[in-house]
Amino acid sequence: MGNEEKQQSEISKGKYRVVGTRPIRPDGVDKVTGRATFGADFKPADMIYGRVVRSPHAHAVIKSINIEKALKVPGVKAIVTGKDFPDIGPGDIAAGEVVVSFYDMARNVIARDKVLYDGHAVAAVAATSPEAAAQAADLVEVEYKVLKPVMSARDAMAAGAPLLHDDMITQGVTPAPEKPSNVAHRHELKLGDIEAGFAEADEIIELEFNTQTVHQGYIEPHACVASMNADGVANVWCSSQGQFMVRAYTAKLCGLEISKVKVIPAEIGGGFGGKTVVYLEPLAVMLAKKAGRPVKMVMTRDEVLRATGPTSGGFGRCKLGAKKDGTITAADVELTYEAGAFAGSPVALGCMTGTASYDLANMRAVGWDVVVNRPKAAAYRAPGAPVAAFVVESTIDAMADKLGLDPLEMRLKNAAKEGTKAPYGPRFPRIGFVECLEAAKAHPHWTAPLGPNQGRGIAAGFWFNIGLSSSAAIALNEDGTVIVTEGNPDIGGSRASMAMMAAEVLGVEYERVKPLVADTESVPYSDLTGGSRVTFATGMAVTQAAQDLVKQLRERAAKIWDVDPDQVEWRDGQAVAIETDKHKPLSIADIGRMAGKTGGPLSGKANINAQGAGAGFGVHICDVEVDPETGYVSVKRYTAIQDVGTAIHPSYVEGQLQGGAAQGIGWALNEEYIYDKDGRMQNTGFLDYRMPVASDLPMIDTVLVEVPNPTHPFGVRGVGEVPIVPPLAAVANAVSHAIGKRCTDLPLSPPRLLAKIQGKG
Amino acid sequence: MSKHHVTTTINGDPTEFLCGTGETLLDALREQLGLTGSKEGCASGDCGACSVMMNGRLVCSCLVLGVEAQGAEIETIEGVAEGENLHPLQKHFLKEAALQCGICTPGFIVAAKALLERNPNPTETEARYWLAGNLCRCTGYDKIIRAVMNAAAEMRGA
Repeated sequence: MGNEEKQQSEISKGKYRVVGTRPIRPDGVDKVTGRATFGADFKPADMIYGRVVRSPHAHAVIKSINIEKALKVPGVKAIVTGKDFPDIGPGDIAAGEVVVSFYDMARNVIARDKVLYDGHAVAAVAATSPEAAAQAADLVEVEYKVLKPVMSARDAMAAGAPLLHDDMITQGVTPAPEKPSNVAHRHELKLGDIEAGFAEADEIIELEFNTQTVHQGYIEPHACVASMNADGVANVWCSSQGQFMVRAYTAKLCGLEISKVKVIPAEIGGGFGGKTVVYLEPLAVMLAKKAGRPVKMVMTRDEVLRATGPTSGGFGRCKLGAKKDGTITAADVELTYEAGAFAGSPVALGCMTGTASYDLANMRAVGWDVVVNRPKAAAYRAPGAPVAAFVVESTIDAMADKLGLDPLEMRLKNAAKEGTKAPYGPRFPRIGFVECLEAAKAHPHWTAPLGPNQGRGIAAGFWFNIGLSSSAAIALNEDGTVIVTEGNPDIGGSRASMAMMAAEVLGVEYERVKPLVADTESVPYSDLTGGSRVTFATGMAVTQAAQDLVKQLRERAAKIWDVDPDQVEWRDGQAVAIETDKHKPLSIADIGRMAGKTGGPLSGKANINAQGAGAGFGVHICDVEVDPETGYVSVKRYTAIQDVGTAIHPSYVEGQLQGGAAQGIGWALNEEYIYDKDGRMQNTGFLDYRMPVASDLPMIDTVLVEVPNPTHPFGVRGVGEVPIVPPLAAVANAVSHAIGKRCTDLPLSPPRLLAKIQGKG
Repeated sequence: MSKHHVTTTINGDPTEFLCGTGETLLDALREQLGLTGSKEGCASGDCGACSVMMNGRLVCSCLVLGVEAQGAEIETIEGVAEGENLHPLQKHFLKEAALQCGICTPGFIVAAKALLERNPNPTETEARYWLAGNLCRCTGYDKIIRAVMNAAAEMRGA
């Protein structure tokens, strides 16, 4: 369907001029012609090439590092090891959806005493050519004392397991354990009395689940260029989800003041949470400092898979009690997530989200955060929620099967609504979960006939969405066009939605608004692009900046007309004098042209901490066909339904739903980290780390349910993360129905599923 | 080791460059010639972000050596638009919002153009299989396939 046939979204029709339409994105032409500059595309004068030396061992003590031979390679300009970086003490700092320990981050970026996973950085070299850098990297001699690796949460929790960190005392347990272990945290959330709830139940089901480590899978490997001048000022050009995040982390890890680090954002080739941390930037800065020349560092795909991301695998359990009519009386959920080499899996978020779609009087969720010799988990789209939803939504599905109830009706019966107490504390404001379920029920997909070996699954998903700090400024040009300056990398079309919101408030054409994603010295602080926050929070900042500009435009018109500003209204991009036709309306272009003579240039600004990010809910329906002879699953039909608040640019909102669904399908069916017995990753390329390709998927139908978020000027809710929450369970439920057996282990790859079909799994 | 002198044609223009024996065509395009529209996502021919045409054949430029460009006709993403006129594929990618981050987009457009030159009227399934060598992690392919089908229809004059 072409754009011309597409209607403006329902909620926006008649209400907004620009919001809810589908204009071309401002950065679009650059991106379809190859002109856009991504992380690896920048090349300053005199640049040299950096390369990371990585551990071949999953778990080892570094006995010594000898760089003598490497330094003799012609063209080598600098080598750094952990010793070149400042020592950073323990202590956690909250950063968006995750808590950051700089002590751990410093050791993850470059190992100090121990290497904790295959691919862990131990040194970095910079040379005048990539070949010389590679040669020197090979000549860095690292002497290791190899230790036994601990590759799974189960092994890590077993008595006598080798310890990754000798001083790790489990937090969240009273009394605190005396001895260290690989268990970093225990989290617990409770509502009501689960034992009383189970006593009320007519049926009780308890299931156990297993999932594997998966990667965000962005197509652009991490890349940066750093320079450091003799005055100690570092410039970093890189693709990331937040230039201010890169600045803060790089400054901290390199021992620099924040004002001494400038980060210039490149276009970002996908992140999904995986580019909310730094890997290369501090190494490049220290190499550049030593070499006195700009250093470029670009990861290979092998490095991306071995040493960045991923998100946690682990295991889970859900015990569910329900009455015959489907009312859930109690839910007891236990999740164990592998954090990777350092504490901090998203298991607490799993506990908070797993049952959040339902109004439960009695629930408990316990989470275990366990370190293993795998790369440190980074955020991945709704971190922690997809696995928790897999555990809970599969168990609800099994309960519906057992009770002979329609799984959609069972969800409707227990659905969270306005006023429902969320497992993590607050009561929900206006939310749209029931509307999503009703939309699913009304969708032709839900009642379409199925063929042989086919099955249908449904699952719901929840994500909080966040606000945090955002800054925006809008400058009026002499011809009435405007520049919107903001601090959030555009990862999926946000320049378009920023320009649309500004155009709506200012009453100007979308094409007359130019959005700019600025460097860290050209716009005040903004938190990173993540948490589904940009269209909500930065959109709110842009809206308020536009309102600020409108106020000034009215004041300027009042000055020109010598009337009170209250006597001037801003209407359709013009200043109009109220209650008099004495003054000809002044357009934004008129005022822009006269700005210099009427008081100076005009600009609006807003620097905010956006409150009231509306929670998001989605419902996905999936049809699969299973080949009983091979265990191959083909997704035949897929529908993603979500409460998106108000869709500013519906095409990009649909894209979020479709992309999240596709990632979730990959997670459910094929993606997994495979290690050998020594803890070396075996599938370090896209051939073997099998993400969905075009021929694996059908069209992904979307339904944008619009229940406006009352706290946002246009009703926006975050939309980016919810769509990856339901698919794991939606796919697994569909496959379970197709084969007549409950699937509890992901991925449902052909060998695993064939064993299940044949009764071996 | 001394470098090789390569004489080739890129996007219709006679071009010369020096490259190392083991240097890929992708690296030569990006590093020697500044044609950074072709992207490296994997360096193993699995993601298609480096897709270019070589003597009329769609190739992953990360799997071709720079020296193999000697005497060849190479077309890259930079040559798809004619001056200020975008190719129908480029227009439909924009119209359908068939890109989110945009890193895979050059490869998809080059690969889809190769498809439509060979098969002006592909079925959805044919388009999906032809483009199965191009990875996109953002879109779920829905809008990409729509953009390709719409561009094909426009180019057929349908």
